[in-house]
Amino acid sequence: MKQPTLRSLALVFALSAIMLLGACHKKAAPPPPPPPPPPPQPTASLTASPDAIDKGQSSTLTWQTTNATDVSIDQGVGTGQPNGTKQVGPTDSTTYTLTAKGEGGTQTATARVTVNAPAPPPPPPTQTLSDEQMFAQNVKDVYFDYDKSDVRADQQASVQADITFLQQHPNITFTIEGHCDERGSTEYNLALGDNRASAVKNAIVAGGISADRVKTVSYGKEKPFCTEHSEQCWQQNRRGHLVYSK
Amino acid sequence: MSAHHLNCEQATWVSKPRHVVLAALGFRTVAILAIVLLCSALSSAQDWVKGGVGLAVQKIRIAVPDFKASSQQPQNTELLKTFNDTLWNDLDNAGIFDMVSKSFYPLGTIGAPADVKFESWSAAPPSAAMLVFGNLGATGNSVTVQGWLYDVKNAASPQVLGKQYTDAATTQAVRVIAHKFADEIILRLGGGINGIAETQIYFVSSRSGHKEIWAMDYDGANQHPITTLGSISLSPHVSPDGSRLAFSSFTGSGWEIRMFSFDLNRLVSFPRFSGTNLSPGWAPDGVRVAFSSSRSGDPEIYVIDQSGGNLHRITTSKGPDVSPVWNRKTGSQIAWVSGRTGLPQIYIMESDGTNVQQMTDQGYAVSPSWSPNGQFLVFSWMRHYGPGAPGAQDIYIMDVVSKQWVQLTHDGGRNDFPSWSPDGRHVVFQSNRSGSLQIWSMLADGSNQKQLTTSSSNSEPDWSWK
Repeated sequence: MKQPTLRSLALVFALSAIMLLGACHKKAAPPPPPPPPPPPQPTASLTASPDAIDKGQSSTLTWQTTNATDVSIDQGVGTGQPNGTKQVGPTDSTTYTLTAKGEGGTQTATARVTVNAPAPPPPPPTQTLSDEQMFAQNVKDVYFDYDKSDVRADQQASVQADITFLQQHPNITFTIEGHCDERGSTEYNLALGDNRASAVKNAIVAGGISADRVKTVSYGKEKPFCTEHSEQCWQQNRRGHLVYSK
Repeated sequence: MSAHHLNCEQATWVSKPRHVVLAALGFRTVAILAIVLLCSALSSAQDWVKGGVGLAVQKIRIAVPDFKASSQQPQNTELLKTFNDTLWNDLDNAGIFDMVSKSFYPLGTIGAPADVKFESWSAAPPSAAMLVFGNLGATGNSVTVQGWLYDVKNAASPQVLGKQYTDAATTQAVRVIAHKFADEIILRLGGGINGIAETQIYFVSSRSGHKEIWAMDYDGANQHPITTLGSISLSPHVSPDGSRLAFSSFTGSGWEIRMFSFDLNRLVSFPRFSGTNLSPGWAPDGVRVAFSSSRSGDPEIYVIDQSGGNLHRITTSKGPDVSPVWNRKTGSQIAWVSGRTGLPQIYIMESDGTNVQQMTDQGYAVSPSWSPNGQFLVFSWMRHYGPGAPGAQDIYIMDVVSKQWVQLTHDGGRNDFPSWSPDGRHVVFQSNRSGSLQIWSMLADGSNQKQLTTSSSNSEPDWSWK
């Protein structure tokens, strides 16, 4: 009885071994030959120094590439060496793109040059007009009739406006220039211009402005505002002209 | 005949404003009437003016043949031409001669008394009363001129004058010799009044870009600047002795009277006053100066010594008072311009401010100048002034005592700032009739008007006192 049992065990073992060996045969096959190495990827870098300029200034682009056969930078910078520098002077903020092409592919890099806009003019200091500007805006000249040096009725409003302004600005001093039209004699017109300047001064002083703040001078017909030979022009020249002093 | 014809032409000018006023009465009748009336009035007026200013109605017929060359030196030709032209012009300008036309002269040159054939000059066609002749020769760097004045109707004793001059052989020196010789002739034939050929005229010119004071010979030659202040300078008035020039100048803050010394060739100190200081006028004593100042607040007439002392005010009327001039004969009166009644008028007063008289009573009257003999004022007047009136501004002369006046200019434009010559026979003035403001001269009866300046703009002439 013992003998057939042993034989059966041996058969199972053998069959198992064959099966196992079969499996082991597959694992032990030789490796395939290695594939060819892929072409290297290009590298690219681009910097701009400085990266912010004022309009009219220039910046230097510096680039480096490797493994590239074709190097170009847009914005009109052009193609060139794998490594290099170039000055650029953009008028507006510009992004430069470096493109490096090689067998291994294409690589890009960018650099931006920012162009600073000119500083905007300071906002008009609406609250801080100079005395001189305010004088020019508010003080009115006084016009005269031909050969006359009395302040006529339609000029009283100008005189009153002058008085009001000068009362509000007590530190301002000024000169009243007497002017005449081109007709008549040089000497007489200088005397008449003196009378006109004094008439305006007297009216303003009568309105409460200190005489110490006022100087007068006559220009006669020596410095006309208008040089045409017409009544319209002559009226422009017959005036007391108020000029800011300080 | 020619004098009457001239008067009638002037009358047509004078009557123009009346046409406007009287048109309703019948233009033609009134115009003819006005012309006839004014013509007769003017011709008698012209006669009293002529007599008053020493312009005889009957002028002396004088022949002035070219002087003869007494040297063959190359520059002699040019010097001789300058001399002959200058002498002729000086005698022609004098206002007392009837210059015999050169086309009437007998053939041949006259260089010395032996060459004179009396009858050929005294008889027609020259019909000369007087003959001027002589010679000019340059030797080396000097030139010698011999000149004679002959009364050709007095063959027995013809020589009125014989002179010899030697100076540098330059055109300028030769001009001066001609002026001196002309003045000698004028002195002897013109009633003992000195000629004006050596006088100067001061004026304002803007040809440098600024109004500066300039000077020139009486005939417009040798124009040259006196000041270079770069400001505005006006109203030059030379002292009676010719040594100083007073004027008004803008100094940045106002108008000041300035004083220039010809002896020192520079400005000399003069008091500075506040306000507008204008129009200095010399008294004939050469000591006092009258001027306009607004230092009190209103332009008034003041008198001050030229040394700067003794300032005093002589007017007190509101409104412009300006342009004072002294009676050049007496020194006791001042004429000036005042706007005290409105438009400017001419007034006279004693030099202390008393006895004010208004001389004009219409229009716009300015710029008086007193005649050397004290009898007349010459001034600028727009007689008919105002809207619609013709804007003519003309030179007038007025007899101070009678206030009778005569119009001297009729040629349009604005005529202003008349100034008498020292002989009283001439007036220099400014006019824009040529299109720009220039200096003109004329005889004191309005004849012989001549333009003396042409460059840029020139104004306010002042004739030297001698």
